[in-house]
Amino acid sequence: KIPFMVPECQAFVEEFEGALGKGKGRKLYAYKVMMAKKMIKFNRDFDNFKTACIPWERKIKEVESHFGSSVASYFIFLRWMYGLNLVLFAFMFGLVVLPEVMMGLPYGSIPRKTVPRAEQDRAMDISVLLDFGGYCKYSILFYGFYNDERTIGVLQFRLPLSYLLVGVGIFGYSLMVVIRTMARNSDEGGDGGDDGQFTFAFKMFTSWDYLIGNPETADNKYASITTSFKESIVDEQENQKDENIHLRRFLRVLANFLILCSLGGSGFLIYFVVKRSQEFANLDQDELSWFEKNEVEFVMSLLGLVCPPLFETIAELEEYHPRIALKWQLGRIFALFLGNLYTFLFALFDEVNAKLEKEKSIRNATIWGLNEYYSNYSSYHNTTDIPPPDIHPADVIRGPCWETAVGIEFVKLTVSDIQVTYMTILIGDFLRAMIVRFLNYCWCWDLEAGFPSYGEFDISGNVLGLIFNQGMIWMGAFYAPGLVGLNVLRLLTSMYYQCWAVMSCNVPHERVFKASKSNNFYMGLLLLVLFLSLLPVVYTIMTLPPSFDCGPFSGREQMYNVVMETIENDLPAFIGNIFTYATNPGLILPAVLLMVLAIYYLNATSKNYQNANLELKKKMQMKTDRNSNKKSSLFSIGKSLGIWPKI
Amino acid sequence: MGTTASQLRKDLLSEYQELTFLTKQEIILAHKRFSELLSKEDRNVPTPRVPMEKVLSLPELKSNPFRKRICHVFSTSDMKDGSLTFEDFLDLLSAFSDPATLEIKSHYAFRIFDFDDDGTLDGGDLEKLVNCLTGETDDTRLTTEEMRQLISNILEESDIDKDGTVNLSEFQHVISRSPDFVSSFKIVL
Repeated sequence: KIPFMVPECQAFVEEFEGALGKGKGRKLYAYKVMMAKKMIKFNRDFDNFKTACIPWERKIKEVESHFGSSVASYFIFLRWMYGLNLVLFAFMFGLVVLPEVMMGLPYGSIPRKTVPRAEQDRAMDISVLLDFGGYCKYSILFYGFYNDERTIGVLQFRLPLSYLLVGVGIFGYSLMVVIRTMARNSDEGGDGGDDGQFTFAFKMFTSWDYLIGNPETADNKYASITTSFKESIVDEQENQKDENIHLRRFLRVLANFLILCSLGGSGFLIYFVVKRSQEFANLDQDELSWFEKNEVEFVMSLLGLVCPPLFETIAELEEYHPRIALKWQLGRIFALFLGNLYTFLFALFDEVNAKLEKEKSIRNATIWGLNEYYSNYSSYHNTTDIPPPDIHPADVIRGPCWETAVGIEFVKLTVSDIQVTYMTILIGDFLRAMIVRFLNYCWCWDLEAGFPSYGEFDISGNVLGLIFNQGMIWMGAFYAPGLVGLNVLRLLTSMYYQCWAVMSCNVPHERVFKASKSNNFYMGLLLLVLFLSLLPVVYTIMTLPPSFDCGPFSGREQMYNVVMETIENDLPAFIGNIFTYATNPGLILPAVLLMVLAIYYLNATSKNYQNANLELKKKMQMKTDRNSNKKSSLFSIGKSLGIWPKI
Repeated sequence: MGTTASQLRKDLLSEYQELTFLTKQEIILAHKRFSELLSKEDRNVPTPRVPMEKVLSLPELKSNPFRKRICHVFSTSDMKDGSLTFEDFLDLLSAFSDPATLEIKSHYAFRIFDFDDDGTLDGGDLEKLVNCLTGETDDTRLTTEEMRQLISNILEESDIDKDGTVNLSEFQHVISRSPDFVSSFKIVL
């Protein structure tokens, strides 16, 4: 409560504040106090400013009051992703793209930055540009454009080093942010482990969502609370009598088998389609239809659309409790996306290896041609001071540049993913709502109450889609620096588009969903996806040799050699020594062992704490039982002696 | 009409910032919304009071099943009529704001659920609580048998000293284990 005496209290404190400082240091003390007060006021103003800077607060609040906190949690997650991608974009743009654009060589000056002569007459066609060929391919969007000079421009900016460090730093920063958010979430989450200890009390005291401001949502909430009360009462009363446990087990095994089959089928389909696209790439581009050119992306998005409902129907065989069924469903969708992505990657690796083979022969041809030119020139002009061959950059023989090809694949995948998502919302939600609303006047049954009715917002599907999209961005950012910028735009438009779609075409859920426990679950998934997308990138940096004529690492044996060169040439000698010692396996293995032991120790400690917790609870229970027994026995004794006064 | 209702004085604004969990923008917005609820004559009164009916017309509270209890709990009126001054209103928003701590929220939640204001949640309070949550219409209410079963289950879970009522510390013990409470016990203007 705000006390009404506050002005008097404040005046008193201010009057006697100086007197609180002792003797000599009075002036210094008063000064310190004044600075502390100013600091507090500054902190408060800064907090106010920070809160005012958070975008889309009104929009999310509106969604929240209509649909409850669980749907809004998706939009909060989307906003968080947008912030993360904005920072990644700032890194990529400021440290890689901008220096190359401002201080590097312009378009057309060297072979890797110019469209080859053979492709030039088609380089501006819309169909080629939409496929990210032509001028798109030889632009800052992709890896191949960047030059491999050690330092560029007036500032002696080391672009190759920066490219490598930013590529790896993107993962480091994302990891840090995700773990920090997870730690913060788990802090306020409380002990979620006691599932079922307070079911009824929680339903009573914590089920109402005070952010609901819409009467229709409130009615829905009433209905769902009542249903959940009745369900829990029935659950508590009935014993788990399994009519036929063998049948249920058989059905569950059957369902899992079917789902494994479909997962395997989808993986095989993707592999087959990617192999076919490699064959298509060798044919003349004009003879292929749009479908054949974009087959891979089309098939992947289609699988992502069709399989989850398929899994849900198969899961009906299993007859699990809805919460457990949901966990299985999420796990299966996760496995589906993962399997698809990794099959795609493996197929891509085959393509990369094929390109590397081709590159060897082209590289040999180029070196042989150059040697021929030198020997001819020196024998013709009789000098040793030979100028570089005077060939227009567009005519030079080019290697296949596998990194740019990989980058193009990822960009095409992302773009098709965006298209499919937006189309699904447009058709699945908007068109459906229009049909239900307008055809209802002349239809035999009530479209709004029965099939198909308005759509509900699919939280888990959307969140998983967002997480996997981010995984693709993480994988592709190293090969296509422009991909992160594309994603930022996509998230921005997604926010507005989905907010509009949800407010105009969706209805609140019938079964209300608890978002909070799932929050860390989704963050955990994001972390897993981050690790899984780190693996291919690190593998390629460490093992695959870079193309010899494109990108910032061209001409080197391995990509990470840039770091070694920098250490040798630019940093003082002793740092080189430190690195040599640090990368010694004799040092790394004990470090890994130490970390494993630390994890084991922490695990054991936390188990001990949990046990101690349980013991204390039991003791408390016993103590109160004993007390209440004492109380009731004292009471009955007192009553019989007539001591207690009449109430 | 005149200008907009008397602006909030700067010293009061900083005072309110120190004493509540609200930010400056939230306090200014609250002042604006509160002034809209005042009738014309009340505007010039030094500490105006808004009657309960007007407070309940706010969209944030209109659909809340506990709206009347919320007004009663935060009201400092001697007549116990649930009317709120601006400081009561700020109190309300502060307790329901995001940075408010678990203790404050659970303390106020306890007082809101305590329908008969006797300091404990007994069977009657719990019954009224369930009826609020299940809505007004007859087909959503629980039967007497279900109600009895529900209340005995709740007391079994939360009543540690087995005296048939849930007191403040038992309530806070239950609430501290809930992961959803802090995020759902929120009202934002």
